[in-house]
Amino acid sequence: MTSPVSTLGGRVSWLRLTLLRNAVLGIVLALVAALGLWALDSINPFAVYQLSTVTYIAIAAAGLTILTGLNGQLSLGHGALMAVGAYATALLLKRYADLNPAVVIAASMVFTVGASLIVGVAAARLRGPYLAGATLALAVGLPGVAVRFSDVFGGDAGTPVPALTPPDAFSSVTQELWFAWVGLVPAVITFVVLANLVRTRYGRDFRAVREDEIASSLYGIRVARTQILAFVLSGACAGVAGSLMAYTSNLAAPGSFPLTLSLSLLAAIVIGGLGSLPGAIWGAFIIVFAPDWISSLNDSLNLPARVSDELPLALFGAVFVIAMLVFPHGIQGGLTRLWRWRARLRASGSSRGAAAGDPT
Amino acid sequence: MSYFIVLTLTGISAGMIYAALALALVLIWRATRVVNFAQGAMAMTTTYVALAVIEATGSYWIGFVAALAAGFALGAVSERLLVRWVEKGPPLNAVILTLGLLLVLEAIVPMVWGAQIRSFPAPFSISATDVGGTFVALSPFNLFTIAAVLLVMLALLVFFRFTGLGLSMRAAAFAPSTARLLGIRVGRLLTLGWGLATTAGALAGLLVAPALLLYPNNMDAVLVYGFTAAVLGGLDSPVGALVGGLSMGLALSYIGGYMGGDLETVGALAILIGVLMIRPHGLFVRMAERRV
Repeated sequence: MTSPVSTLGGRVSWLRLTLLRNAVLGIVLALVAALGLWALDSINPFAVYQLSTVTYIAIAAAGLTILTGLNGQLSLGHGALMAVGAYATALLLKRYADLNPAVVIAASMVFTVGASLIVGVAAARLRGPYLAGATLALAVGLPGVAVRFSDVFGGDAGTPVPALTPPDAFSSVTQELWFAWVGLVPAVITFVVLANLVRTRYGRDFRAVREDEIASSLYGIRVARTQILAFVLSGACAGVAGSLMAYTSNLAAPGSFPLTLSLSLLAAIVIGGLGSLPGAIWGAFIIVFAPDWISSLNDSLNLPARVSDELPLALFGAVFVIAMLVFPHGIQGGLTRLWRWRARLRASGSSRGAAAGDPT
Repeated sequence: MSYFIVLTLTGISAGMIYAALALALVLIWRATRVVNFAQGAMAMTTTYVALAVIEATGSYWIGFVAALAAGFALGAVSERLLVRWVEKGPPLNAVILTLGLLLVLEAIVPMVWGAQIRSFPAPFSISATDVGGTFVALSPFNLFTIAAVLLVMLALLVFFRFTGLGLSMRAAAFAPSTARLLGIRVGRLLTLGWGLATTAGALAGLLVAPALLLYPNNMDAVLVYGFTAAVLGGLDSPVGALVGGLSMGLALSYIGGYMGGDLETVGALAILIGVLMIRPHGLFVRMAERRV
């Protein structure tokens, strides 16, 4: 395949290397975010806690973006895959309480990869609505397993997860801030890896399969294998996200993984823009903070509790409907269009200027 | 052994309800190639309408009719105002749209009626029938359930087979452009199809509510069962929906009876994946034709 270097006609600019650029960008953004969180922590610790949930929701949404946006497989069961990661974390820590979080998160990811491999192999045979239905069954049914085998999973009450305490060197750091910092690390790794991956052969295969399975197979792409890979990849993200979620909420319980969690993740990527990784971040911000904005809206409008409790869900649903009817590319699509429009405006402006300058 | 018979009879009764929901999904799939994931939420909504009417009038049957009418209206309006605009687009968009509808309905209903769990009346006794001293596990309400679903299926069969409108609807679903050239108002028939389908879904909601109780996401699991039933039957055939519904009812009754009720949904998932793994081709023949 054409490497970025060759397209430059011999002149090598390191910033043009996608891999390096994405890594540098990711690290810089993470450092800025870490500093920002540190500054915010003294003003509004609750916002820091919410931002730490943004990190794992964004990871899960990024995985779903790969699967649904890029590969065209609709999963309604990513909440259930997060549950697999969360329970893996909880059960690991129940057995080995002193395990390093990095090891726990990695092990939870591996475990979820195993689970999603099973689902993914089945999924590769399922087209469109069949896959959506099967993953829907997963989302609705999996919490029941935790209830049924309560001696292993702790039933409705769930399995507690010990709190993630900062090491001695950071003893002045609050719990919330430490969560958020810890969450940033896998988030950056996930986004850098995925941002690079979508530009490789695999990313192009994902898109090719989404557009036309038959044409892709004629072209030599192994459709089923590509679909399984996408599913496993997004399952890995869901596992990491679930593990972080268990750490953040100190609990893995069936009630934390309702169908609405899976649908909220879908809402995140639809709002952000299907198939766009930055869109997954926008979407994660919105689904974490929207309930807050809505509750402050409630305070000013004085709505009864039963209306305000359901308002976020109603609005997510309305967003699905409206987005599909009028705005199928989401926030990131809108930003891209705005960007292009500005560029075009500037281009036409400068050419007019050049034309005006010509006679002299 | 008698426990097995009890499970079998309750499985048949539950299976008829899944068949009704599966029928709703199949009718919509046939007409518009959309799986309506909001079908369960629509049925839940119409059951709340029924409860409100029953409480206002004191009559179960007025509530029953009101729910079916509300179902028809909800389905027809959804198709005309929303689904119409995404039918031509990628299938993903239509699915996401119906999921949005699901979320909106599951949020609006508790806004209106509250989120607490409510009991729902049954028109007949739901305790076992006493036939000359021996108890039969089928209650009068179970018999009513079976009869009502069979009646609706029969009515739809007569409608599609023996009436002019039914023939036009089949034509509109089978070959929309040809039907349009022959002067059939395809759009209107699709709206009608969604209305009829959602009426069948509303029936399922009414019949399941006495046992399941009524709360905003009470139909989530039933939707999974109905979808699995529809897929078992091939997603394209009303008779398949009936057979699939009965199979699901029996299978889940045994799973619930012998392994624990919490595993029913996972059992449905296992059946769904198992069937699709073993017979993917048989189920996908028509879709493959459409894709090429």
